[in-house]
Amino acid sequence: MSRGIVAYGAYLPHYRLGRAAIGSALGSGGGKGTRSVASYDEDTTSMGVEAARVALAAAPGAAPMGVYFATTAPAYLDKTNASTIHAALGLDTAALAVDMLGAVRSGIGALRAAVDASAPTLAVLADVRTGLPGGADERDGGDAAIAFLMGSGEQVVAELVAAASASSEFLDRWRVPGESHSRVWEERFGEQAYVPLVEQAVADAVKQAGIAADAVDHVVVAGTHARVVRRVQAMLGAGEDFTATIGNTGTAHAGLLLADALDRATPGQLIALVSVADGADVLLLRATDALPALQARNAASVAALVAGTAAEVDYATFLTWRGVIRREPPRRPDPFRPESPAAYRGRDWKYAFVGSRCTACATLHLPSQRVCVQCGAVDQMAPESLAGRTGRIATFTVDHLAYTLNPPVVVTVVDFEGGGRIQCELTDVDPATVAIGQPVEMTFRRLYTAGGVHNYFWKARPARAAAQA
Amino acid sequence: MASNGIRDRVAIVGMGCTPFGEHWDKSTDDLLIDASQEALASAGVPLDDIDAFWLGTMGSGQSGLTLSRPLKIDYKPVTRLENFCATGSEAFRNACYGVASGAFDVAMAIGVEKLKDNGLSGLVGIPGRTDGTQVDLTAPAMFSLLAPAYAKKYGVTDEEMKEVLTRIAWKNHYNGARNPRAQFRKEVAKETIACSPLVAGPLGIFDCSGVSDGSAAAIIVRAEDAYRYTDKPIFVKALSFVAGPAAGPISPDYDYTTFEEVSRSAADAYRQAGVTDPRNELAMAEVHDCFTPTELVLMEDLGFAERGTAWKEVLAGTYDLEGTLPVNPDGGLKSFGHPIGASGLRMLFEAWLQLRHEAPADRALRTVSEEGRTLAMTHNLGGAPGECVSFVSIVGSELSA
Repeated sequence: MSRGIVAYGAYLPHYRLGRAAIGSALGSGGGKGTRSVASYDEDTTSMGVEAARVALAAAPGAAPMGVYFATTAPAYLDKTNASTIHAALGLDTAALAVDMLGAVRSGIGALRAAVDASAPTLAVLADVRTGLPGGADERDGGDAAIAFLMGSGEQVVAELVAAASASSEFLDRWRVPGESHSRVWEERFGEQAYVPLVEQAVADAVKQAGIAADAVDHVVVAGTHARVVRRVQAMLGAGEDFTATIGNTGTAHAGLLLADALDRATPGQLIALVSVADGADVLLLRATDALPALQARNAASVAALVAGTAAEVDYATFLTWRGVIRREPPRRPDPFRPESPAAYRGRDWKYAFVGSRCTACATLHLPSQRVCVQCGAVDQMAPESLAGRTGRIATFTVDHLAYTLNPPVVVTVVDFEGGGRIQCELTDVDPATVAIGQPVEMTFRRLYTAGGVHNYFWKARPARAAAQA
Repeated sequence: MASNGIRDRVAIVGMGCTPFGEHWDKSTDDLLIDASQEALASAGVPLDDIDAFWLGTMGSGQSGLTLSRPLKIDYKPVTRLENFCATGSEAFRNACYGVASGAFDVAMAIGVEKLKDNGLSGLVGIPGRTDGTQVDLTAPAMFSLLAPAYAKKYGVTDEEMKEVLTRIAWKNHYNGARNPRAQFRKEVAKETIACSPLVAGPLGIFDCSGVSDGSAAAIIVRAEDAYRYTDKPIFVKALSFVAGPAAGPISPDYDYTTFEEVSRSAADAYRQAGVTDPRNELAMAEVHDCFTPTELVLMEDLGFAERGTAWKEVLAGTYDLEGTLPVNPDGGLKSFGHPIGASGLRMLFEAWLQLRHEAPADRALRTVSEEGRTLAMTHNLGGAPGECVSFVSIVGSELSA
C-alpha cells in the first residue's frame, strides 16, 4: 500500500523584520526585503504545535501514533521537546514522541522516518534562525514551522515515489553546543563539495521512480548554503522559495516549499523536494486524486501566509526578543518557576487546553473543576477541549506594569462559543486595536522562562479567519 | 441556620493608628509597637489587661510570634490571620467574636503591613496556581477591567468615565490633605490626575491606592463594660464577611460591573444593624477604594446609589466631605495608603474619630455634628472582580433602643 502525505499545515509568526532596519541600526549590512520573526512568546516547540494543529485540523479523525520533531533550535536539551507537542495536540499516550535535533538535515530525517512509519505519524519541522548582529545568518534567516501527517491508503494526497540521499563528511556550517551562532567555511568550497552530491541524489531518485528527469512538474530546492541552493534551483528549474519575504527558515524551509507545491499541484503531478544540507536529499512525490479535497479544506495556502498581513518589528525589539539585548526590567518580582508536579497534574489543561463540562447542567469550566460553579454537582464532569474554538472579548485591559519582553501586556476576558470563559493574554496584537466583542482564537505559546523552565500555555490572538475575511 | 450578628454586644474602647507611608526608619516590630501602645493608652489599660490578640498581616510575618515577640506578650493567645485586603477587618471581626462569646474580657485586634521594604513597584501578590497557567495580572489591571464594562453597560462615554474616576481620586486626595496620618497629604488638581501616566487600561498613577507601611489597632470589650474605659465607646452593630465562589473569571454571566460578594455582605450587615436606608442613616462610609473604578462600583453594591447612577452621584458630589454621605473622609486607600493588614482597622480608626467628634475640624463631618447621625460603615474587599472576599462592618456611638 502506498504511503505518503495525508495532511500538512504551515505556521508563520506574526512578525517580520525589514532587512534595511539592520543596516540603519548598524551602519552597514542589512539589505532588501523582510524576514519572518518568531515573537517573544514563541519558540520552535510552540510554533511546531501551531503548525501541527493546522495539519490535524485538515485531517478530521486522524490519530497520529508518533511525532518526529526536527529543529536546530530546541527549547530544551536532555528533555524531549516532541513530548510537549504531543501533549498540546492531545495525542494518545501510546504514541511515540521523538526529537531529531541539531542540524537542518534533521528535518529530512523526520520526514523520512514519519513516512516510513507503520502508523499515521507527524513530522514537525520548526526553526528560529539567528546569527550575530550584522551577519548573513541574521539577515537571511527566518522563523517558521511546518507539519506533515504521514499515513497510507486512500487519504494519501501525495504518495512517496522515491527517496534518495547522498552523504559525505565535510565542514561547511557548524556550531559547538552552547554557542549562540554558527560558523561557515568559505562558500566556494561548499559549492564544490555539494553539487556532485545533489547530482548523485537527483539521478538516484529519477532512477528509482523510473521516470525521465524532465517529467517532474514541481521542483523545490532548499538548503543551508545560499549559493549552492541558487545554483541547484537554476539547474533543476525550481520555483519561488520565499526567502525574499520570510528568509530561509532552516529546518522548516524544505517542508514549507513542499507544502507550497502541494497547494498548487493537481492529481498525477510529480513533485521533487531537494534539500542541500550536510549532504543532498531528494523526495519524489506524486499527487493523488485526494489532493484537491485537502486543498479545499486547508484554511490558508503557504503563499497566502507569506503574502498575508504581518506586523513589522523594529531591530532593537528583535534583538531583545532573541536575547541579544538585555533590557532593564520593571521593578517587579521575577516570574516564578512553574512547578513540575502541578504542571503534570494539570497537563490536559496546561498543554491541551482541556476544560470540563458539567454532565448535570452542561456548564463549561476553564480550567476543569470538580465542583460545578453553576449547580454544585460534585465530580460529574466530562473533559472538553477548547483549543480549536473561537471566542469573543468580553472585556480587556492593557497592563503597563506587568513583566513582559513586549510591553504592555494585553489581558482579555474571553467568552467561548458554546460556553466557557478565561482570563488570558492577547498576543500578536496592537493594543490600540483591541475592542470588546472582537473574535479571538487560542494559540500555544511560551509565556516566559523562569529558573530554566519554559512556561508553556495558551494565549488568545485575534482570529485569523476574521482578519482575512 | 442564620447569620445572627452580635449587635451591641461588644464595643471599641481604644484605638491607635500609625501614620501610613514609606517608613524607611521603622520595622514591622516598630509599627506594631507604635499602634498597640497608642491603642492601649487610648483605652487606658496596660498590656497585661489584654486577654487575647488577633493579628492581621498578609505577608509581614507569620504566626502569633510576629506580635508577641516585639510586644513581649506574656503567654497569651495570639492568632495571626490573613484574608487578602480584608485582613485587618478580619482580625477585628474575630476579636469581637472572642469577646462576644464570653471567652475573653478584653481583646486587641491589630493589623500591620510592611510593603515598601521589598523595593518593588506596586503590590506584589503570592502566586496561586503553580502550574504556570494563571495570567500574570497586576492589581491595577484586574480592577481596570471594571471601567470599560461599566461604561459600556450604562452608556457612559470614555471622557465621562475619565472625569468620574478623576473626581473620585480628587475627592480622596482632598480628604487626605486634611489628615496628618495620611500617606499623601496634598490636594491634587484634576488635570494632574487625569493626565498621569497610564498604569493599566484607563487607570493612571493617581487612580491607584498608595503602597505604604502602617499599623492600626483596636481594644474591644463587652458592651456592658465599655463605659468603665471611656465615656465615648463605639459599639459594634454589624460584622459581615463573605467569600464568593470565584465564579466571575470562569462564568460568562459575570459582567464586571459589580461585586456580588459586596452586595451580599452589605445586605447581611444592614440586616444585622437594622439599617434600611444606608445613604441617609450612615454618617460616613470608609470603603475599599483600591482603585478609582472600585469605589465607583462599590457605591452601587453598598446601596449608596441606584444601579447605573453612581457615576452621576460622584460627579454631583454626593460622596464629598460635605455631601449627603461622605465616603472615605480620611482620604481612603487612595490617599491614606494601603498597608494591607492595617487598612481595615485604619478605616475603623476614622469611624472612631468622627463618631466621637474627635476628627480634625477641617474634615469633621456635618452629618455627625449637624445631622446627628451616629452610624459609620467600614468596608474591605480582597481579590479581584468576580473572585473576591468582602467585609462590611457597621459601628455606632449609641446603643440601640
